[in-house]
Amino acid sequence: MSEEEKDTTNSEKSPAVFERVKEQFQDGVLDLSEEFDELSIVAHKDFVYGILEFLKNDAELSYDFLVDVTAVDYSQMEDVLTKYDYARFMVVYHLYSYKTGHRLRVKAPVHEKELSVRTVTSLWKGAAWLEREAYDMFGITFENHPDLRRILMPDDFEGYPLCKDYPLRGRGERETFDFERQNA
Amino acid sequence: MHADMERVAGEKMMLNFGPQHPATHGTLRIVLELDGETVVKATPHLGYLHTGFEKLGEHLDYNQYIVVTDRMNYLSPLSNNFGYVLAVEKLLGLEIPKRGEYVRVIMAELSRLADHLIWLGMGALDLGAFTAFLYGFKEREKLYSIFEKTTGARLTTSYTRVGGVLRDLYDGFEEEVNAFLSAFPKTLKEVHTLLTRNRIWMDRTKEVGVISGEDAISYGLTGPCLRASGVGHDLRKAEPYSSYEDFDFDVAVGDNGDVYDRYLVRMEEMVQSCHIVRQAMDNLPDGPVNVPDNKIMLPEKKDAYGHIEGLIHHFKIIMDGHGVQPPRGEIYSATESPNGELGFYIVSDGSGTAYRIRIRPPSLLQYQVVPHMIEGGMVSDVVAVLGSLNVIAGELDR
Repeated sequence: MSEEEKDTTNSEKSPAVFERVKEQFQDGVLDLSEEFDELSIVAHKDFVYGILEFLKNDAELSYDFLVDVTAVDYSQMEDVLTKYDYARFMVVYHLYSYKTGHRLRVKAPVHEKELSVRTVTSLWKGAAWLEREAYDMFGITFENHPDLRRILMPDDFEGYPLCKDYPLRGRGERETFDFERQNA
Repeated sequence: MHADMERVAGEKMMLNFGPQHPATHGTLRIVLELDGETVVKATPHLGYLHTGFEKLGEHLDYNQYIVVTDRMNYLSPLSNNFGYVLAVEKLLGLEIPKRGEYVRVIMAELSRLADHLIWLGMGALDLGAFTAFLYGFKEREKLYSIFEKTTGARLTTSYTRVGGVLRDLYDGFEEEVNAFLSAFPKTLKEVHTLLTRNRIWMDRTKEVGVISGEDAISYGLTGPCLRASGVGHDLRKAEPYSSYEDFDFDVAVGDNGDVYDRYLVRMEEMVQSCHIVRQAMDNLPDGPVNVPDNKIMLPEKKDAYGHIEGLIHHFKIIMDGHGVQPPRGEIYSATESPNGELGFYIVSDGSGTAYRIRIRPPSLLQYQVVPHMIEGGMVSDVVAVLGSLNVIAGELDR
């Protein structure tokens, strides 16, 4: 039933951005959806840089502001996993256009085997720390990133805290913490 | 002697600025590479206040998480409460009564005033202007008394609820806020006379920490820092939420994107916030503040303690898997917090706990531009720039 509803809304007024992106990147686009009045594009990870570049530089769409880069670990959400060929992570970009005032979400499924996406720091300078955070929290690497280090966790930290298999209370890091004692 | 000078000339000095330096406002740390007094390279290190708020969001239910949002930007907890519940309400498709929306706007704007007052006080204090600090904190104290009376706490307000607010405004709220609003312009004027045309203040802030509008967008700056660079964008105008379209106010925009313009923009925003609060109070609609939906809201305390039906109702809301359960899906909702665009990206799996909560913190992106702003400048400018950006460690590290 929900699929039917979705189909009718899409055929009624498919947003211009969907048309344009689909026309440009036929194979790269995996899914287009409109939920809660928000537009999402799911794209193949090899195409996502090209799509973001297109969205940013296109004079009409002009999604010139990268709001956020983050990731979601879908390992406990079975239907999303099966839909995207068991890709565990999804890298999520939120865009905004100062020209049109529209928002857009672009997502790229990433497999655990090849955990990497091309960086968008060459498009937006602000992406550097956002991508560092995604790396720090999920272990996703961003190719050609100028400075991909951990950002919130200590440099010698093992594991990726926002992965679903990382326990809420940690893996005993607190208990084994080595205090520096003052010389008595 | 001459040989010694030559040997020293090429040497750089490393300066560890923070995390305990008073001008770092919390736990910011920047490693500076200095050539004399000039900053050659700046490397910010963060994470000293990393608390795992996003991880916690996957384990607390939607109403419990409001408490966590207090601790993000601890200078304006009311704005965070507000932004967060708007996101959850968008997911639920809830529309809250007009009075509730107005009450939230009043509290959010008062909290913007409080935030900007602390920023003003601390920023000025960092540059040696002690009086402005006292003036700012005196006014802020009045606001915090109002917050305490309304919410029960000065700092950890947790005022909003999914579907409304904790409680309606108290009797006498209007008089107290009106008293504040009539006295406040005098303070602002005093601060203007102290700082705005002050030679020392201008020398320390003009042409310091400059960022162009184009760079500000590329770096993801939002809020007053973006507007000071000449980009007149305000989410309250661009995507009005919670009845902001009802109010008449101006968006303050700067020209040069330096510390001085960020100061002026925030000063003007305080005037506009007062304007919004006054309008909201004058036109405050009657009626309930919360949605009349028993599946969302807790019962009145007297019902929960006095009747078995009330107790069962209370129990049903609180119990895991029975309370607020948004449909599956994902949303991004952003509000204009005092520091800029505070966004919440929530992925829901249909249970009472979010599958993933991502907070889009304005402070993180504001802190990222620090090297861009201070490299090539003087070491004393670092303090001015940090003060003007108003980076809040709790929100930066989450």
